[in-house]
Amino acid sequence: MTYIGQPVKRVDGRDKVTGKAKYAAEFNVPDLTYGYVISGTIAKGKITRIDSSKALALPGVLTVFTHENRPHTAWFDMSYKDQDAPPGSPFRPLHDAKIKYSGQPVALVVAETFELARYAASLVEVSYDEETHETDLEAHLSEGREPSIGMATLIKPLPPKPRGDADAAMAQAPVSIKAHHVHGPQHHNPMEMFGTTVVYEGEKKGKPYFTIYDKTQGAPNSQLYVKQIFGLSLDQVRVISPYVGGGFGSGLRPQYQLFLAVMAAKELKRSVRVTLTRQQMFTFGHRPQTVQDVELGAAADGTITALKHGAIAATSQFEDYTEVVVNWSGMLYDVPDATLEYKLKSLDLYSPLDMRAPGGVTGDHAIETAMDALAYELNMDPVELRLKNYSEKDWTEDDKPFSSKELRECFRQGAERFGWASRNPEPRATKRGDVLVGWGMATGIWDASRMFARAEALLTVNGKLRVSSATADIGTGTYTIMTQIAADTMGMPIEDVIFRLGDTDMPMAPIQGGSWTASTVGSAVKQVCEDLKKTLFKLARKSSQSPFHNADFKEVIFRNGQMALRENPSIAMSLTDIVSLNGGRAVSETSTSMPNPLELKKYSRHTHSAAFVEVEVDEDLGTVTVTRAVSAIAAGKILNPRTARSQIIGGMVWGISHALQEDSKMDHRYGRFMNHNLAEYHMPVCADIHDLDVIFVEEHDEIVNPLGAKGIGEIGLVAMPAAIANAVFHATGKRIYDLPITIDRVLY
Amino acid sequence: MNPFTYARPDSVDSALDELKAQPNARLIGGGTNLIDLMKENIEHPTRLVDVNRLPLGGISELPDGGLRLGATVTNAETAYNALVTARYPLLSETILAGASPQLRNMATNGGNLFQRTRCYYFYDTAMPCNKREPGSGCAAIGGYNRIHAILGTEGSENQPTACIATYPSDMAVALAALEAVVQVTGSNGERSIAFADFHRLPGNEPWRDNTLEPGEIVTSIDLPAKGFNQHHTYLKLRDRASYAFALVSVAVGLEMEGNSVTDARIALGGVAHKPWRKPEAEQLLIGREATPDNFRLVAENLLAGAKGYGHNTFKIDLAKRAIIRALGEAMRSKV
Ligand SMILES: Cc1cc2nc3c(=O)[nH]c(=O)nc-3n(C[C@H](O)[C@H](O)[C@H](O)COP(=O)(O)OP(=O)(O)OC[C@H]3O[C@@H](n4cnc5c(N)ncnc54)[C@H](O)[C@@H]3O)c2cc1C
Ligand code: SF4
Repeated sequence: MTYIGQPVKRVDGRDKVTGKAKYAAEFNVPDLTYGYVISGTIAKGKITRIDSSKALALPGVLTVFTHENRPHTAWFDMSYKDQDAPPGSPFRPLHDAKIKYSGQPVALVVAETFELARYAASLVEVSYDEETHETDLEAHLSEGREPSIGMATLIKPLPPKPRGDADAAMAQAPVSIKAHHVHGPQHHNPMEMFGTTVVYEGEKKGKPYFTIYDKTQGAPNSQLYVKQIFGLSLDQVRVISPYVGGGFGSGLRPQYQLFLAVMAAKELKRSVRVTLTRQQMFTFGHRPQTVQDVELGAAADGTITALKHGAIAATSQFEDYTEVVVNWSGMLYDVPDATLEYKLKSLDLYSPLDMRAPGGVTGDHAIETAMDALAYELNMDPVELRLKNYSEKDWTEDDKPFSSKELRECFRQGAERFGWASRNPEPRATKRGDVLVGWGMATGIWDASRMFARAEALLTVNGKLRVSSATADIGTGTYTIMTQIAADTMGMPIEDVIFRLGDTDMPMAPIQGGSWTASTVGSAVKQVCEDLKKTLFKLARKSSQSPFHNADFKEVIFRNGQMALRENPSIAMSLTDIVSLNGGRAVSETSTSMPNPLELKKYSRHTHSAAFVEVEVDEDLGTVTVTRAVSAIAAGKILNPRTARSQIIGGMVWGISHALQEDSKMDHRYGRFMNHNLAEYHMPVCADIHDLDVIFVEEHDEIVNPLGAKGIGEIGLVAMPAAIANAVFHATGKRIYDLPITIDRVLY
Repeated sequence: MNPFTYARPDSVDSALDELKAQPNARLIGGGTNLIDLMKENIEHPTRLVDVNRLPLGGISELPDGGLRLGATVTNAETAYNALVTARYPLLSETILAGASPQLRNMATNGGNLFQRTRCYYFYDTAMPCNKREPGSGCAAIGGYNRIHAILGTEGSENQPTACIATYPSDMAVALAALEAVVQVTGSNGERSIAFADFHRLPGNEPWRDNTLEPGEIVTSIDLPAKGFNQHHTYLKLRDRASYAFALVSVAVGLEMEGNSVTDARIALGGVAHKPWRKPEAEQLLIGREATPDNFRLVAENLLAGAKGYGHNTFKIDLAKRAIIRALGEAMRSKV
């Protein structure tokens, strides 16, 4: 039996739909207290006074923490840096009187009930001295500067040096196009709001102990953060996060409720829960506002001869958050004369934060709509143009070859499934009743990264396998695919295998982001099961009576819950029998799985996609409907087509959201996001979503990891907005450069 | 959210007494709007008086051929009621264009009339807002006002525009077109309010959404006999296909003989502090042919004097387009 590659149902599905799965703010303990965060109302300035007296007068209110009475925490910035911290000086909640952005937490009310804390919070009076703030990137486009370098820029490289002379090549190109795009900020808004339950476990030898249930994409990240800031040791802080109600990147950094909840619990010596409101979900990291300029020059035959792609993005005043926006253009198109530029402007905002396909979806929209415009200039089919300029190597990374790249197959299979061949390229020429129909396509690209991780595998005396790693499952299906990998590697029935995650008592894994979990943790799970097999083999052959006594590890196979001789499978021992040789104790192994950086460095490792989209545009009323879409994905080995398809569909829906709906609207007079609720911050509902189709093209990759699997968390999203925008152009003949494409942008 | 007490009276009289006893008492229907407003610290009732046990349920026929919709009947029950779907399909369609099934299952007809604006600034207590805090200013003017009003906002020389909020209900747009009558009871007895007079323009009292007096209760919404069940449409334009408030909406009821219009009602939603109707514009159509040109005349007339505030200026033209489309759709028989 093999499970890898099978559409195994989610192993956590039942627990989730029956409510048995518990989230951070659902773990209850006796005597729990509740914190409610008071959010600041100005974008820049100083708190001049906080009057908590009315709140404190209410029976049941324990305290109100502010910058004036907060306990001491670590001195240095270093201690506040989490695993996803960009270069700079991380935000410290309640640090001092300074206001750095609108919505900043300024106080925490702690009370015996949530309702009381919330009411008390409404009685706290905060006064400010306001200073002039700057939040509008579009007013500062000429002030872009180079981002600072740090750990984060290792994973998210800055643009390569210019290549050739893009300006000269552009001037000479017989055909060229130019575009300017503005992308507004967006907020992650996972269904589950941020929340932390800190269980105060009492003191041992004068040292407090905490069990922390946190909403996070990496329990170890939260643990380290708490340990450093509050001067604790690792064994005083256990972080547990078995389920996450969506993250999309927002859980890659500890959010301020974690800091506040731990601070309160430590100080009050009580268990404390702090949850954020939906409105407060708009008061931390977000996808940054980004403005891009793209230019393409081509020869008459469609060969692209010049490329310029520049971006400027907003960041906070305290950290240089960067993302890869422009490099993708260079990876997709091997243009001899090219300039890629990425600049930052610090504004009075919170630091941006990775949000599903960070930078990728932004940059792809610009380059891939530019490609569409160029195809029209050249009178060439958009797929043809892409094939004409298909890159066989990645010049942004020293001309490395791709570890695998089946993008051609994505084009071929996607186009075929969609029926692209019958497209009349003429804009405005296709109608269905009174509405215009448009077909558009785009290429997508994302990273196929792998990090280092550890995992433990334990075979119980009953012959059940428990594998664990402190990774997260943000709804992507980690539980399921890790169970599959473990069952396959051990040759055990999947019912006998349990995978556990999200607990710092488990072996270390990196934060779940960048689409690297399947690759990273999957490799660790495979590795530890391989190691466990060796241990079991040694155990089995120890006794001189053992049929395996003279066997070599290479000569045995593991299947159907047994270890058998490859050449003579009738000689076999069940795994339960092997464990029984361990003196009534389980057998366990812990392993580390690390990519070989030297080997990996020789290749550019990416997933690719081609999205084909049909839209209907009611031109009188400005409405756009994505009536169908096909995404063809090249992502190496697909571990579970069911969960993989869900990931891609989720990405495609997000693409529709990104192209047509999502937009955090700031009133720059106040430096404040105004549509901070889900009634006014739009994302698609079922009625917006029609026929979505996913193709996984076969792709073999022996470089990326032993499983041959690349991550698929983000690639489903990347190409969609450009494909939709291109379809809108095809339908209407109007190129809309800014996103989202709302009614008013279609009409005016 | 402030502390409050809760009562669930079973007679209108005792409900009236409850309201009288505490000036800060509020009625609660489905709670789908009021509870949100309390959580957001915008409304601070000290006592909630639940209307759901009052004998104000049911949908019944009136002697004049009309229909009485009880105040406590849910939006869902109303929309799916057989009498409503047969005789007032416009109302049914309009209710179903609003909110979500879950919300419509909770929301009451009475409560729907009183839902408050979705103005971002009204919902954010850190912001100035004349409606929430009289005299504090209107942040939407000069701010982000994509969803705001384009009609009925004009102030005067000594009274500048105080509020550009819209009243967001879909249902009420149909009720305006159907010329419903709101029945209310107060300590001074009962009175009927024509729908056109029920909601009001902000004027210099933007905190007053409607003409209900303190202490009064809506007991029912009465529909006159004429239901326009042959030619009607509700067109709602919004930022997604469902579960979003209208940027612009149009409720149309027509009566026709051949291609000529014998009666017409047109009400707009999402454009003003109340459902927008203008009998003068309707007159332009009555006795005329249902042609695109005539529809255009009506649209121009309805939007005459419209004023944009920046982000919402597009709604002026969008509303005209919507009116023309909706009239065209209503013209084609629905039977
Ligand atoms: C996310 C969301 C989306 C929505 N989308 C839409 C939409 O697209 N279109 C739309 O039209 N609506 C929409 N709604 C609003 C919804 O229709 C209203 O919230 C609902 O109709 C209110 O009814 P209720 O019974 O719950 O009112 P409640 O919240 O109980 O009460 C509202 C007000 O009415 C008063 N009241 C209640 N009953 C009476 C009575 N009998 N007499 C006098 N006063 C009374 C209360 O005192 C209170 O002030 C949406 C709401 C939400 C939360
Ligand atoms: S439009 Fe009305 S509700 Fe909105 S801020 Fe202005 S006064 Fe307040």
